[in-house]
Amino acid sequence: MARKHKSNKSSNTIGLVFLGILGLALLIALLLQGNNVALLNPKGQIASNQYNLLRNSTLIMLILAIPVLSTMFYFAWRYREDNPKAVHDTGKTHSKKLFVFLWTIPFIFLVILGNGMLRANYDLDPKKPIDSTKQTITIQVVALQWKWLFIYPEQGIASLNLAEFPVDTPIKFELTADEAPMNSFWIPNLGGQIYAMTGHSTTLNLMANSLGDFPGSAAEINGEGFSRMNFTARSVTDSQFSQWVNEAKANGQVLNWDAYEELIKPSENNETSLYSSVEANLYAKVLIKYMNVEGH
Amino acid sequence: MKELLLGKLDKNALPHEWFTIGGSVTFILMFLAVVAFITYKKRWRWLWDEWLTSVDPKKIGIMYFIVGGFMLLRGALDAVMIWLQQSLSAGSSHGYLSADHFQQIFTAHGNIMVFFVAMAFIFGLINYIVPLQIGARDLASPFLNTLGFWLFVAGVVMVNMFFFLGGEYAATGWLAVAPLSGTQFSPGVGVDYWLWSLQISGIGTTLGAINFIVTILKMRAPGMSLKKMPLFTWGSLCSMVMAVTVFPLLTATLFLLFLDRHFGSHFFTTDLGGNAMMYTNLVWMWGHPEVYILMLPAFGVYSEIVSTFTRKKIASYASNVIGMIGVSAFALLVWLHHFFTMGSGADINAFFGLMTMVIAVPTTMLFINWLVTMYRSKILFKTPMLWFLGFVGTFSFGGMTGVILAMPPADFQLHNSLFLVAHFHTMTIGGVLFGALAGISYWFPKMTGLRLNERIGRYAYWCWVSGFALAFVPLYILGLMGATRRLDHYESSTGWQPFFIVALLGGILIMVAIVLQVVQVIATIIQRKQLAVSGDPWNGRTLEWSTAPVPPAYNFAVIPEVTGSDAYWDIKQQASKKVVYEDILMPRNTASGIYISAFAFLTGFAFVWHINWLAIVSIIGIIAVIVSRNFDENTEYVLSAKEVEKIETERNKEFASKQHDIKKYEDADMGLIEFIRVVLNWALKTVRLKK
Ligand code: HEM
Ligand SMILES: [Cu+2]
Repeated sequence: MARKHKSNKSSNTIGLVFLGILGLALLIALLLQGNNVALLNPKGQIASNQYNLLRNSTLIMLILAIPVLSTMFYFAWRYREDNPKAVHDTGKTHSKKLFVFLWTIPFIFLVILGNGMLRANYDLDPKKPIDSTKQTITIQVVALQWKWLFIYPEQGIASLNLAEFPVDTPIKFELTADEAPMNSFWIPNLGGQIYAMTGHSTTLNLMANSLGDFPGSAAEINGEGFSRMNFTARSVTDSQFSQWVNEAKANGQVLNWDAYEELIKPSENNETSLYSSVEANLYAKVLIKYMNVEGH
Repeated sequence: MKELLLGKLDKNALPHEWFTIGGSVTFILMFLAVVAFITYKKRWRWLWDEWLTSVDPKKIGIMYFIVGGFMLLRGALDAVMIWLQQSLSAGSSHGYLSADHFQQIFTAHGNIMVFFVAMAFIFGLINYIVPLQIGARDLASPFLNTLGFWLFVAGVVMVNMFFFLGGEYAATGWLAVAPLSGTQFSPGVGVDYWLWSLQISGIGTTLGAINFIVTILKMRAPGMSLKKMPLFTWGSLCSMVMAVTVFPLLTATLFLLFLDRHFGSHFFTTDLGGNAMMYTNLVWMWGHPEVYILMLPAFGVYSEIVSTFTRKKIASYASNVIGMIGVSAFALLVWLHHFFTMGSGADINAFFGLMTMVIAVPTTMLFINWLVTMYRSKILFKTPMLWFLGFVGTFSFGGMTGVILAMPPADFQLHNSLFLVAHFHTMTIGGVLFGALAGISYWFPKMTGLRLNERIGRYAYWCWVSGFALAFVPLYILGLMGATRRLDHYESSTGWQPFFIVALLGGILIMVAIVLQVVQVIATIIQRKQLAVSGDPWNGRTLEWSTAPVPPAYNFAVIPEVTGSDAYWDIKQQASKKVVYEDILMPRNTASGIYISAFAFLTGFAFVWHINWLAIVSIIGIIAVIVSRNFDENTEYVLSAKEVEKIETERNKEFASKQHDIKKYEDADMGLIEFIRVVLNWALKTVRLKK
């Protein structure tokens, strides 16, 4: 009698656990309604490939994890001490065969996953230019306290907290920072992240595959204005882009060195703004500011 | 003149914001309550002689648990405050905290949980259990051990000191990345408090680690070769070797940061040739191994529990040991995975990514090893085993997310996101903290002679597990939605708010779980008669179970002979031998550790506030105590064979009166309602008596 009572209790527990997992899954599904899960809905070529790597490696790992975990929980239940049906054998188990078995299985998975990782690693190297029939556009990014300055050297304009570029065109972001701690540049829909650091220029190649406004953020803690250091990445058609460039040229402010010195003072919640002209070689000057002492 | 005397300390340093006033008043009230209680009970002498100055690793272990337990409450409160802010602060609402306060809270939360909770529990377990498991009477250097503990306490005080003076903690994240932590971006005292709290407790960790390595290598019972060492001891050995390798690196890094901040040097600044990337490298060369310093002893705990509760030898002892050594070796080669995004180049990223994935091999192997052990076993289902299963579920999930993060292209998208935060909490809570809680419930009968209340323990367990899922599954999703970590505010259009609210509910459930654990301990004490158990309630396999509960200061009256990796199991199979007692050399208690730590604290405090004379005086103080300790020849005493025999006979007599069969009183454990009834009754009675 007592025994029956016990095993009922353990199956109750198992039932509750399943209910709990189901409930949590339902709750999440409900909350996700109408939301855009950026990483699972990539809008750019790099982000798509990054998503593929994420999905494929998760699936491969599940091939191992699901059987191991379900057997583990099954054994825990099956071989409980008061289960009269189970065969209990607490003798020796160790053997050479077991040793080989234990190590081979994870090793096989390492080879498969490692292979995929290495391929993707070189494919998706942020420094690697993206193949395309269209000409790459360079955007130079300066992380400031707490805003993002985008310089378009080819177009001779600049913008604050707004990076606009044509769709299906490779974009080469060159990044540095000025009077700011380390920053991390991230556009979840398109790919990322890469650090922006004073005295260094890092590179991130991205390409949008659809039109739209995508949120961008500073992902590395950088002081009081951290949470408000956002920008918009705007993917538009070629003609919209040239229109935008013309508009900047016509209506933008002037970003000479004095204006820049003013701009780098810490400030939060900056509106987006456009600059019709930019101090010559501004990006290089920002870099050099931190280099002359070190001597390399 | 004032500057000379008090440095930068002035009136403004006193608490004047709600959050520092609240904090300091709470601390002072708690402190006064404890002082009043001890004075009322006239226990000062006892406390000083029996506990504070004790060199017994068992007592030091318990003190680690107590300090760690309080810090767990403090850290969990921080966590709930973090999530409350994040649940409120969407769109036009800005929550109840300023960005600066918010950042200080999550920084303190991280520091406290890693250094003063996880480390405390792990060191507590190592202190209590390792000497017993290897059949040793004490440590290689009992003095270094108290010193390590008291330096840890000095770190704890330092991390909370900002409530009283200064009013700000670091707002830089738990590792105070440069150049944010330099004076250019963080001019206040917050980073200095951070720095000295880690510096002092870190030195304590190094000393403790050296001590345990020597103890494990040199003081094992006869017959216990390395190949027969229990797995928890193996995990601890690996962990301590890693600690000795990397903690000096942390000390050096912090020292350079100190030079930058205090003397205006330029190691990690943005200008004048400073190299902030160097700081990131150095701090993670310590930081990654640190997570495994915490994890390896926990792996050991799980192996012990699986073996004991399945009543089987671990399936492949050799694999288990090789696996743990492998993890510690490779863990020294992966630090760069914390900043794949720094732009080092594809080759470097490939190397560190691959090394990181290699670590998953021994980890997975451990899982399969436990699985094979469970096959055809006979499982005793007690809370330690439940904790193990909880760990299996969470940790394997966290391991998979870890492998994803180890792939540079995937990490570019997940770095610094809440997905990463969810990953490491799955590891540190599901792996380390569950391991510590499993270990505490497993060895509690050894430490106290009482079995923990199973019923309330199960409630606490289920609250922990479901609170954990509720809190961290939303964080994985938020990360995939593109939410970065450490946000004090976000736009409502992101759709993140409901997930933060669910996470907050999870956090509250975890708080409930922690409270239930406190209740569990109190309920156990109330029922101490029914829950008293023998020295070996689980039918254990390793030497610690061979001694009667609450082992005497000398651990073993007779040093056991070891023949296999499950030493006590083998002994139990043999006929008992006649015991012959001998004289035992015992270390004397000492307060030197307390004095040195007090001076170390003052040194740090003096540097925080630029009070130069105090720094000099305190450093001289430290040297003086060390020197006088070295000249003290009266550090040991002899316990004669007669006295040992007397103690043992008494212990055995008392012990014989305790029940040995754990199953008999299975259903005696009180539940929550019974607990509330008992407590209310007691309260009523006290009130009535007073009248
Ligand atoms: C299978 C084993 C593991 C793998 C492959 C792994 C992988 C990683 C990777 C690649 C990162 C860096 C992600 C990033 O910053 O973008 C990371 C972060 C982290 N992991 Fe793990 N990990 C593993 C196990 C653990 C364990 C056992 C712990 C703790 C006990 C742990 C604690 C942490 C912590 C604390 C961080 C981040 C700290 C921070 O940035 O503040 N991990 N892990
Ligand atoms: Cu790591």
